[in-house]
Amino acid sequence: MGYVAIKGGEKAIKNAGKLLTYERIKGKSKLIGVKQIEEQLYMAVDRVMSEGSLYAPHIAALALKQSAGDTFEASFMVRAYRATKSRICTSISISTQNMRIIRRISAAFKDIPGGQILGPTTDYTIRLLDFELLDDSERKRKVFLKNFLSQKSEKKVYFDSFPKVVDILRKEGLLEEPKRDLNHQNTIFDITRESLTFPAQRDAALQIMSRGETGGLLLLAYSSMRGYGDIHPTIGELRVGFIPLLVKHPYTHKEIFAGEVKVTEAEVLAQYTENENKPKFTLGYGLCFGHNEIKAISMAVLDRAMQSRSSPSYMPSNDQEFVLSHVDGIESMGFCIHYKLPHYVTFQSDLDRLRKTQKDRSSIKGKDDNE
Amino acid sequence: MNRKNRYNFAFIDEDAKREIRRKILKAVAIPGYQVPFASRELPIARGWGTGGLQVTLALIGPTDCLKVIDQGCDDSVNAVNIKHFVQSVTNVKITTDTTKATLIQTRHRIPEEPMNENQILVLQVPIPEALRNVEPSERQTRRMHAEGDYTRLWLYLYEDIVKYGDVSIGARYPVLVNGRYIMDPSPIPRWDIPKLHMAETLFIFSAGREKRIYAIPPYTDVKPLEFEDYKFCVEDFKGKQCARCGSKGVFLDEIIDDETGKRIYVCSDTGYCHKVASKSKRKNAISQNYQYKTAGSAG
Repeated sequence: MGYVAIKGGEKAIKNAGKLLTYERIKGKSKLIGVKQIEEQLYMAVDRVMSEGSLYAPHIAALALKQSAGDTFEASFMVRAYRATKSRICTSISISTQNMRIIRRISAAFKDIPGGQILGPTTDYTIRLLDFELLDDSERKRKVFLKNFLSQKSEKKVYFDSFPKVVDILRKEGLLEEPKRDLNHQNTIFDITRESLTFPAQRDAALQIMSRGETGGLLLLAYSSMRGYGDIHPTIGELRVGFIPLLVKHPYTHKEIFAGEVKVTEAEVLAQYTENENKPKFTLGYGLCFGHNEIKAISMAVLDRAMQSRSSPSYMPSNDQEFVLSHVDGIESMGFCIHYKLPHYVTFQSDLDRLRKTQKDRSSIKGKDDNE
Repeated sequence: MNRKNRYNFAFIDEDAKREIRRKILKAVAIPGYQVPFASRELPIARGWGTGGLQVTLALIGPTDCLKVIDQGCDDSVNAVNIKHFVQSVTNVKITTDTTKATLIQTRHRIPEEPMNENQILVLQVPIPEALRNVEPSERQTRRMHAEGDYTRLWLYLYEDIVKYGDVSIGARYPVLVNGRYIMDPSPIPRWDIPKLHMAETLFIFSAGREKRIYAIPPYTDVKPLEFEDYKFCVEDFKGKQCARCGSKGVFLDEIIDDETGKRIYVCSDTGYCHKVASKSKRKNAISQNYQYKTAGSAG
């Protein structure tokens, strides 16, 4: 007799793990180095750091190698690794005005103080496959680097601080200033230490989105942009660059510079039609680790959408609880794949109910037929 | 360097353990009330028992003896996985014997053998909110609990009876704890619901993804929701027995035999089944504590 359910899990698990490794390394190609992933697949690394909510390029690259490029799995591993690290201190708040910028654009104004800086972007590339890359070589790399770096104007890749585009609007009184929550003046909500309750403070909402899954954020933001929302966003400013990480020394209490973090920041403007006095723009804000413009923009759009006072039920992007409960990739992927676990017992319970109901029904029907 | 040693005893850091222990104390103090907790990420996916696992890791000490079951089974893949993980970070003793364990983590079952005051049962919970079926918003359900406003759930049960002739909830049957909070007992079968009532042992429920801990302390009144004329009833296994150990009056898994295509039944609680089979005491094997009214005698 085949007792499938009784025994044999342990060995199967071990072998499944081995098979997983085998699938990754069975080919004849050279093994990928973690450094290669970190440098050459940096977009994937950035995404994993952001969704895993740990700024550690080397760890993220390792996770990507181990997961064979699956960003969900990789982010999940990074998140779990993060949970084992105790909190040493909290960084000091900084202004992103001091960002060391590699890219900065505004869709709202043609001329902005400091100018538009395209930086490394795929935006205007024609998305044709570059078959030259099929036989990439060290020689080609050297030639390109030599030519590129000898171009005079391109030498300065990084720029120092720039005024913020939205500050222009702020000065003119065109921007609605967010109301401060008087109960939480000085403390920042920490979603990793406290469970979220609704309505959530804006800082908590931004934290949830900042480590949300890119696709999930995009889906909800897109629904708002496309028609299931009342926001018409304009990108006031989009920045990619490095911000300093400053912490307070535990003993001397002096500010110390601990390193730089690459981030993408989006500020989205949309008009408040509901304002009682004067109509004003309201800001939607997005910020995430690494270079991930889709995520930052989606986040900003959702941040703005959730501030909307009218939340008709057919606009899920305006519903804070709906958005924040569903954008975390680690949580959603975990629950999704848990359905693969055995559900024998619950299914047995359901079967019992179904059989009973069917039996009751057929006996009623039998009675009816006799009458 | 030993990689395992890079992690703290029981994996999560001591601050996180302290938080979880405090939340457990609150949960014990308010039976059936869902206490929010921060819920750390673990190397096991959300939805795979991370809530239960965090409670286990926060409670476990070096002298504990752990049992992990999934759907009643000690050898189910996920149970094995969790056991390995906990053992690798604590080095505690592992058992399949309900009576020997000090701590049992379970998914969707309560062991057949009764547990005592020196044991804790940790239940993994996918959806901690008993009102979720009638109200999707957390903000609203928290208000409903605060006000003790359970009308919509009662209405749901009533409509079920109107539509199907009986309450159609299979597993995850809602219960009223200590006369105050309606609670989701996790997807245990209805069979296990009466075991929650006035039990000797402490039950801790934990949902990692939803970040909630709740508890039923020992000797607490736990009542499944029922009407005077439509009583709660457990699954009907009348006339059926385990094909392996011969037990009757236990929760059985239905299995289609590979060769004959015949439907047979085996114990869902494999630890218990092993014990009975190895003692080969076929008669009177079932504890008299667990003799329930079955579906046939309902209504």
